[in-house]
Amino acid sequence: MTFTIPIDNGDALKNAEADSQRTLYPYVTGTSIVAIKYKDGVLMASDMGGSYGSTLRYKNIERMKAIGKHSLLGASGEISDFQEILRYLDELVLNDNMWDDGNSLGPKEVHNYLTRVMYNRRNKFNPLWNTLVLGGVKNGESYLGMVSMIGVSFEDNHVATGFGNHLARPILRDEWHADLSFEEGVKLLEKCMRVLLYRDRSAINKLQIAKITEEGVTVSQPYSLKTFWEFKAFNNPTAGAEGSW
Amino acid sequence: MFRNQYDTDVTTWSPTGRLFQVEYAMEAVKQGSAAIGLRSRSHVVLACVNKAQSELSSHQKKIFKVDDHIGVAIAGLTADGRVLSRYMRSEAINHSFTYESPLPVGRLVVHLADKAQVCTQRSWKRPYGVGLLVGGLDESGAHLYYNCPSGNYFEYQAFAIGSRSQAAKTYLERRFESFGDSSREDLIKDAILAVRETLQGETLKSSLCTVSVLGVGEPFHFLDQETIQKVIDTFEKVAEDEEVEAGDGEAAVAPAEEGGDGGAGAGDQDVAPMEM
Repeated sequence: MTFTIPIDNGDALKNAEADSQRTLYPYVTGTSIVAIKYKDGVLMASDMGGSYGSTLRYKNIERMKAIGKHSLLGASGEISDFQEILRYLDELVLNDNMWDDGNSLGPKEVHNYLTRVMYNRRNKFNPLWNTLVLGGVKNGESYLGMVSMIGVSFEDNHVATGFGNHLARPILRDEWHADLSFEEGVKLLEKCMRVLLYRDRSAINKLQIAKITEEGVTVSQPYSLKTFWEFKAFNNPTAGAEGSW
Repeated sequence: MFRNQYDTDVTTWSPTGRLFQVEYAMEAVKQGSAAIGLRSRSHVVLACVNKAQSELSSHQKKIFKVDDHIGVAIAGLTADGRVLSRYMRSEAINHSFTYESPLPVGRLVVHLADKAQVCTQRSWKRPYGVGLLVGGLDESGAHLYYNCPSGNYFEYQAFAIGSRSQAAKTYLERRFESFGDSSREDLIKDAILAVRETLQGETLKSSLCTVSVLGVGEPFHFLDQETIQKVIDTFEKVAEDEEVEAGDGEAAVAPAEEGGDGGAGAGDQDVAPMEM
């Protein structure tokens, strides 16, 4: 067994050698997450892809995880940073459970903790390169929020990351309404994910949908969406402009 | 408690397994002026006696707001109490900032107890000489805790600490079983009555006590003197009323007596002479 000994050069802001350990750009990234509040809680969808630049390298990455009893975290961006965040949250949830006093961290508390972490890292010029979506239900109240890599944080009835902001949210703004049933919610998310599949080149056709209600978290088995490529406009697309592609 | 050869250092055990310095610290709590706490399922009331050094000075502050949902009443070395209150405020606000959520009072109390314990196990420190009655809310409702200089803490339905607190405790022991379902107003009344017990005969005035309330949907705040006086009036008035009735009774008797004398003058056999 071999392992690398981490080099501790100290403060990344003052020490020149430590500079080399700051995050500069992401390597393995996940693409959009889309999430909505519905009648019984929150629904979240993500694909299972991990891109290495323009290569769709990893096809079995779970980008949504349950946190404690009441929350669900989805992440886009650098996968290794997401795994680091899961380790922080593991410790947080463990300490919360050790109290064993009937109090527990709800989604609002987890969301705010993550906001503090992301913002503090950004202030040290060493960000965790993720956009996080935090959904949950506690005491009958649904919660859905988002934190970006620079610490921008807010709550809403529907959120999306990355390309989802441009392609999925307009659909949600038109078609989301309060008290969607589970079936309606899933259909709506699939509609968004299909558009992303067509138009986002880092999306793959293998997705999961996660549901969180008062009872807990369930993440579905991976499945794929049916796509249609026989649109007339796709046949001979350069008919109007010879020589282009 | 008498002086002995094991009581110089907090880090010296006695042969009978006691830490005398810690016990002496708990004595300091008993010397302070009384503080009382009681709780229902949804509210906590903290009350204390205002003791001033002299007539010229103001009284010491003994109840502190820690957060909207936590308050603390102290007895003993008030300087130590102030320092610990500042620590509690710091913990509460840090939690609020990180989690956007109020710190559960049960967790704050454990932090406080652990802090006190440290001072019982370092030769260069001394135990805090103050007892704290911490009242607050968490997910399961209202709670009242007592933190000792020893680092122990207990949860209570009602408790009193400081000098002459035994009188208040006796009063509370008689009534505590009903506190759980008490209304907010009854709880306040019981707190003020408990304070009266510690005064041992001195007349109860609103200037002599400080009362604070917190509860579900009600952030921590002090009751103003007017409100306290009104509550005092409801039970102090009963004693006055009895005197007034006795006076009225005497006044009523006098005219009847005159009537009786007049009647007796007219026909002695018909009207019996009134007896004073």
